Amino acid sequence: MKAYFSILKLRFAVQLQYRAAAAAGLFTQFFFGFVRVMVFHAFYLFNTTIQPMSLEQTVTYTWLGQMVFRTLPLGGDSEVLGLIRSGNFAYELCRPLNLYFFWYCRLISKVAVSLILNGLPLLFIVCFLPQSYGLIAPSTASSVVSFSVSLVGALLLGCAVANIISISTLWTLSGDGVQRLLPALVMIFSGNIVPLAFFPEWAQPALRYLPFSGLMDIPFRLYLGTLPPAQVFTLLTLQLTCAGVFIGLGLWLLSSATKRAVVQGG
Amino acid sequence: MPQILVEDLRKTFKVNRRQSGFFNSLKAFAHRQTTTVNALNGISFNLEEGELVGYIGPNGAGKSTTIKIMSGILTPDSGKCEVMGRIPWRQRIEHVRRIGVVFGQRTQLWWDVPVGDSFDLLKDIYKIPFQQYQKTKNELVESLGLQKLVETPVRQLSLGQKMRCELAASLLHQPQILFLDEPTIGLDAVSKLAVRDFIKKINRERGVTVILTTHDMDDIEALCSRIMLIGKGKILLDGTIEQIRNRISPERIMTIDFVRTPPSIAFPGVNSVRGEDGRLELHFNPSVISATDLINRITANNEIKDFIIENLPIEETIARMYDEFKI
Repeated sequence: MKAYFSILKLRFAVQLQYRAAAAAGLFTQFFFGFVRVMVFHAFYLFNTTIQPMSLEQTVTYTWLGQMVFRTLPLGGDSEVLGLIRSGNFAYELCRPLNLYFFWYCRLISKVAVSLILNGLPLLFIVCFLPQSYGLIAPSTASSVVSFSVSLVGALLLGCAVANIISISTLWTLSGDGVQRLLPALVMIFSGNIVPLAFFPEWAQPALRYLPFSGLMDIPFRLYLGTLPPAQVFTLLTLQLTCAGVFIGLGLWLLSSATKRAVVQGG
Repeated sequence: MPQILVEDLRKTFKVNRRQSGFFNSLKAFAHRQTTTVNALNGISFNLEEGELVGYIGPNGAGKSTTIKIMSGILTPDSGKCEVMGRIPWRQRIEHVRRIGVVFGQRTQLWWDVPVGDSFDLLKDIYKIPFQQYQKTKNELVESLGLQKLVETPVRQLSLGQKMRCELAASLLHQPQILFLDEPTIGLDAVSKLAVRDFIKKINRERGVTVILTTHDMDDIEALCSRIMLIGKGKILLDGTIEQIRNRISPERIMTIDFVRTPPSIAFPGVNSVRGEDGRLELHFNPSVISATDLINRITANNEIKDFIIENLPIEETIARMYDEFKI
């Protein structure tokens, strides 16, 4: 356990070395968030029908999305991909650790670091924005609790997906294909581009049961308190089950990959 | 029971093949051609605790494959391999706790943080108790001269500095066996000597078993009490340097500087190669004519300035060995 914590610490130290990158990331997140917020403002200004979410809720949803953007599984762990391509992967197998959780923990730490270095400062900034441009407070105390639980669930799920992408590189060596395809799916179906509530009625059941909704949509709706209380427990269970399934799949893939792994050259 | 036991180990790889050229790439796109390469073709040997063994052979002979199997990275196709009573690839986690590995062409240090941070991470990964870690680390830092390097990010280290850090990193958890795959590759003379001295030291003082692959024959000569030669996936020779020398060629070389023009020498068992400036190089077989005999017979009639007797250079012995086994 200590080893995993130590990886977290080291990764944090690594990220801290790159101050410019952290600042640039923060600025990008803020800029695109602001563009989206303006788009929604224009949309609501000329809106004539009743929308599934209010403007304030949509803006809040957007900012939350920008805060956790870096935690989305848009590709494998670049560090692990590098290890596989360079063959330094050989050393990974020389460590007395379960390789899956070793990698999983690297992802978790990457995500945690990005939440601290990007998410928190952004939260601080948007708190100062004028009303209807910034964040609204969570509806109730219980929505804070369920949001926190499902945010952790979202991180676990996201890292499980990203880890599968890392592992798939053991077969494909480049991982470029998956790395291009996946972001499109994740960004659309997690609710990152447009909140899932705005999708047509007929698509809702499918969207809800796709694993991607667990990455953003479920936690954010819990934050806003727009879900019927009866569904909260079901959706949390669904999200955590998804994470469990992806972890299981990853464990299985990695164990079959290491049996046939070849460390090429030298 | 030996510390490492290898019996009839076999491993094959599939290699994709195609001829160069655009048309051939199209053909290969439709139909892949692969050939099977027998990297290991029935390898057997035993190693006892505290041995320092050189594992040599030309490129592609199967050295690294054997090391990777013994360190639990690769799974062989068939055969037996037990290291300290464990099967490396089945009991990988328990196994790797007790071994250290250095791959000369790879790195285990975290690229963008100081070396010390990588060491600290390894401490937690191997669950090394704090006191023991401090002690081991200080010893390693001392004997490898890493005092200043520990605080430097890995990306700013030279190759020689990095290799010394790699060695330290692989020994922090006090392994009983150390696998070194080309530890001196690309190093300058000073770094090579430092690495060699260190390997010798940990083998003597801590009794760590060392298995070393290298193409640098001076490494072998300076370090190894035992040599295993592998070629085409088989162990071809296994013995001490002396045994291997005698097996390949017992020849010695005597270089003599004469005061005047060197005479022509025609003794049985002696081959002379004329050098420049009154120097003569004699290749002789000590079982036919002894060195004292030879020098006595020459000095009886000639005045000489100096002479040296050497073994055939190790490089040459090995080259002849590769030649003899056609590998």
